[in-house]
Amino acid sequence: MHAGLEQYLAVSGLLFALGLFGVIVRRNLLVIYMCLELMLNAANLALAAFSRFNNNLDGQVFVFFIITVAAAEVSVGLALIVAVYRKRQVTHVEDLATLKL
Amino acid sequence: MQDILFYIFAAMALGFGVLVLTSRNPVTSAMCLVLTLVCLAGLFVLLHAFFLAAIQVLVYGGAVMVLFLFVIMLLDLKAEERRKIQTFGLIGGLIAVGAIVSIFFRSLAASRPAGSGALTLEGNPYPLGKLLFTGYLLPFEIVSVLLLVAMVGVVLLSKKDLK
Repeated sequence: MHAGLEQYLAVSGLLFALGLFGVIVRRNLLVIYMCLELMLNAANLALAAFSRFNNNLDGQVFVFFIITVAAAEVSVGLALIVAVYRKRQVTHVEDLATLKL
Repeated sequence: MQDILFYIFAAMALGFGVLVLTSRNPVTSAMCLVLTLVCLAGLFVLLHAFFLAAIQVLVYGGAVMVLFLFVIMLLDLKAEERRKIQTFGLIGGLIAVGAIVSIFFRSLAASRPAGSGALTLEGNPYPLGKLLFTGYLLPFEIVSVLLLVAMVGVVLLSKKDLK
């Protein structure tokens, strides 16, 4: 089968679903974070595919911005995880239930 | 040839993505994520987005994943012992993800997007940079401020005595 826009979008959708499933099911903060990265990358793939098949460079500029913002987000998020670990010595979301009634 | 490469890269990206979810050891997860990102860079090359492929490998596969590995080593995470699998979470996750996937694929099958015209676009650094510094100058500057804010925030968060 010829690899057109539809095939790229299907791969991107499946990757996004994988990331979402990981965020819901996994209990380790770091693995949840990696699954978030997976979802961001799925969006990047969809944008790049649209950009290619519509002859429009704007999609690629958007991917560029997403990568930059993701890098900033990762650094802040990992600093937060390290700060939580220093205070509580846990990395599992089940053990971080102080706000639960 | 390009179609074969597309299927190889797509299958590898999805396979390593599954391994990210299923492996018990966070270091293995991170390594599989690196491989997924590299496969996505391959897909970017097939989409003629050469600059993005380079950025993907340098920033994501390099910098971001090194940061992840640093934190994993810093927290000294061991492979998780088998926790009781929460059936409720698993069922809820399957339902939510299944719903999203079915909506996505049904809308994909209904609209059948095909794009327009001949594929002439090349994602070389020159046209991309030109667009970035003309049409997208303001977002570019805002992103630079965002990076500065993130850097200050990280320095503050990493201080020993967090008030």
